[in-house]
Amino acid sequence: MPPITLAALKPYIMMVLIVGIGPLGVGYLVLLERKLMADMQARLGPMRVGPQGLLQPIADAVKLLLKEDVIPGMVDKWVFWLAPCVTVTTALAAFAVVPFSSDFVITDVNIGVLAILALSSVGVLGIILGGWAANSHYPLLGSLRATAQMVSYEVVMGFAVVAVLLMAGSLSMVEIVKAQAESHRWFLFGAFPFGLIAFFMYYVAAMAETNRSPFDLPEAESELVAGFMTEYSGFRWALYFLAEYCNIIVVCSLAVTLFLGGWLRPFPSVTWLGWLDYAAPVGSFLLAGGLSLYLVKRQPRAFDQIVLAAVGLALLAVAGLFAWPAFNALFRGVFWFMAKIMVLVYSFMWVRFTFPRYRYDQLMRLGWRVMIPLGIVNVIAIGIVLVLKG
Amino acid sequence: MLDQFFFYIFASVILLGGLLTITRRSAVHSAIFLIATLLGIAGLFLHLQAEFLAGVQVILYVGGIMVLFLFVIMLVNLDQAARQRQFNRQWWLALLAAAAVCGEALYGLYRGRGAFTFPGAVPGNMPPNTQAVGNALYQNYMLPFEVASIMLLVAMVGAVVMAKKRL
Amino acid sequence: MTVPISWYLILSAVLFVMGVAGFLFKRNIITIFMSIELMLNAVNLSFVAFSYVLRQLSGQVFVFFVMVVAAAEAAVGLAIIIVVFRNRESLNVDDIELMKF
Repeated sequence: MPPITLAALKPYIMMVLIVGIGPLGVGYLVLLERKLMADMQARLGPMRVGPQGLLQPIADAVKLLLKEDVIPGMVDKWVFWLAPCVTVTTALAAFAVVPFSSDFVITDVNIGVLAILALSSVGVLGIILGGWAANSHYPLLGSLRATAQMVSYEVVMGFAVVAVLLMAGSLSMVEIVKAQAESHRWFLFGAFPFGLIAFFMYYVAAMAETNRSPFDLPEAESELVAGFMTEYSGFRWALYFLAEYCNIIVVCSLAVTLFLGGWLRPFPSVTWLGWLDYAAPVGSFLLAGGLSLYLVKRQPRAFDQIVLAAVGLALLAVAGLFAWPAFNALFRGVFWFMAKIMVLVYSFMWVRFTFPRYRYDQLMRLGWRVMIPLGIVNVIAIGIVLVLKG
Repeated sequence: MLDQFFFYIFASVILLGGLLTITRRSAVHSAIFLIATLLGIAGLFLHLQAEFLAGVQVILYVGGIMVLFLFVIMLVNLDQAARQRQFNRQWWLALLAAAAVCGEALYGLYRGRGAFTFPGAVPGNMPPNTQAVGNALYQNYMLPFEVASIMLLVAMVGAVVMAKKRL
Repeated sequence: MTVPISWYLILSAVLFVMGVAGFLFKRNIITIFMSIELMLNAVNLSFVAFSYVLRQLSGQVFVFFVMVVAAAEAAVGLAIIIVVFRNRESLNVDDIELMKF
C-alpha cells in the first residue's frame, strides 16, 4: 500500500475534475458556438440569461434535466437506455490518457494513442445502437449512415496517425510530445511536407468521426430530422450532446498531441522566445478580464453587472497568478495545450458555418477514393524520407 | 490477490456474455453480449501483459467486425426470425456434440494437468510489447504477414463482388 | 503469476464449447457467425496465456494472424449473408437447403 500523498492522489483529483468540470466546459463550448454563429450571421446570440448570455449553459442544463424523460412505446427499452451511456462513458474515459502537460496526465500508458482510437471505436457503437433501438425510420437511416461513415473515416484517421507514429517511434502520448521536443519541431512540419498532408487528413477524418458539418450526415437536420437522436429527449439527449462535444475535445487534443507539439510552446527550442511563456497567458487573461470590466457598465441589470465584474476580477487574478514564476512553471503547459485546443475547436466551428453539407455518395467517394489512397502514399513517403535522413 | 480479483471479474463477464450471446432471441442483443465478451477478453489480454493485442482486439473486433455485424443486422429484416423457433431441428444432436466436445476438452486438461508447470519459464514481466510484436511481425514472420495482407485484399474484393448488385 | 494457467485454459475451453453449442444450435446465420467469433476468441485467449507463461511472443503474433483471418471471414461471410437474404428473404439455415441431397 503506497503512502497517500498529493502526488499519489493527483490522478484521482484530475479524474474528478474532468468528470465534474467537463460537462460545464461542454456547456460553455455550446455557448461559444452559438455566439460565433451569431457573430458570423451578424446577430447577437443568447443575451438574456446573465451578462452577455454568460449563464445560458446553466439554464439549458437545468431545462434538460427537468424535462420529462420520454421513452417511445415501441423502442427496445434496454438498448435505448444503454446506447447513450456507452457513448458518454467512452468519450469521458478517453481523457484518461490525454496529457494536459508533462505533470498533468492521469496515466501515461504505452499504448496511449491506440487506447484513444479503441475508445472512440467503441463510442461508435452507442450511436449505432441508439439509432437501431429507437425503432423508427429516421434514426435507423441515421445510424446506418453513421456506421458506414465512421468505419470509413477511422481508416483515414489510422493512416494519418501512423504517419506520426513513424516519426515519433512510440505509442505513448507523453513520449510523442517529448519526441517533438527532441526533434525541435512539431510533427506538423516533420518530414516536410508530408506531415502537413497527414495533419490535413487527420483534420478531415476527425470532423467526420465527430459528425461535424460538413460531414454531419448521421444527424442531418434537413434530411433526417435529427438522425440517430430523433427519438431521444431530455437527459438522454443531453448525454448524446455531451458525448459529441467531449469527442470534439478528445480528437482536438489528440491532434494537438500528435501534430502541434502538445504542451510545448511554439518554437520550443528557440530560447530567446522564452518570454512567450509569460506574455501569452498573462496577456490573454488580462485582455479577457479587461474586456469583461469594460462591458460591466453596459449591462442593464445590477445582478448582471455584479456577475460580470466578478468574472473580470477573477480573470485578472488568473493573469496575476501566471505572472508568478512558480505557478507559471507548473501551469504554462496546460495553458498552451488548452490554447491550441481552443484554436482547433474554433476552426471546427468556423468550418461548420462556412461549408455546405456533403452528399452521402460524395462523402464515401472522398473517403475511399481520395483520402485512403492519399494516406497510403503519404505513409510510404514518410517512411522513405525517414530512411533517407537516417 | 488483485490479479485473481480481475481474473474473476473478466471471466464472469466473458462467460455471461458468451452464454447470453448464444441464447438471446434478438440478433442485436446477441451482438451486444458478444461485444461484452470481446471487451472482457481484451481485459484479460491487458492482464496478461499483451497490451498491444488488447488495443488491436478492441479496435478490430469491436470497432470493425462487430460494427459490420450490426450494420448487416440492420440491413436485413430479422423481426420475423426473432419470433420463430430459435433452435434448429437437430438440437438434441447438437447438444450431444457440444457436451462431447466439452467433456473431451476438460478431460484433456485434467489428464495434462502435470504439464502446466514450465520449469524453463522466466520469472518477471514481459517487456513493453508493442515494439517487440512489431519486430517479430516484420522480421521472423514477414512471409505470413505478406500472405495475410494478400488474403485481406482478396477478401475485400470478394466481399465487394458478392454484395454488389451489378458491377 | 498468481492466476495459474490452468484457469485460463479452462475458461478458454468453456468459451469454446459455448461457441460450438451456439454454432450447432442456432437457426439464424448471423448468430452462427457470432458463435464462430466466440470460438476464435477462446483460442486466442489460450494462445496469449501460453505466450505470457513462456515469455515468448510467438503466441501473440499468431493471435494477430487469427484476428486477420477473422476480419476476412467476417467481411466475406457477411457479404454472403446479404446475398442470401436478397435471394431467399430468410436467414434460417433450415430454409437454405438447396445444396442438400
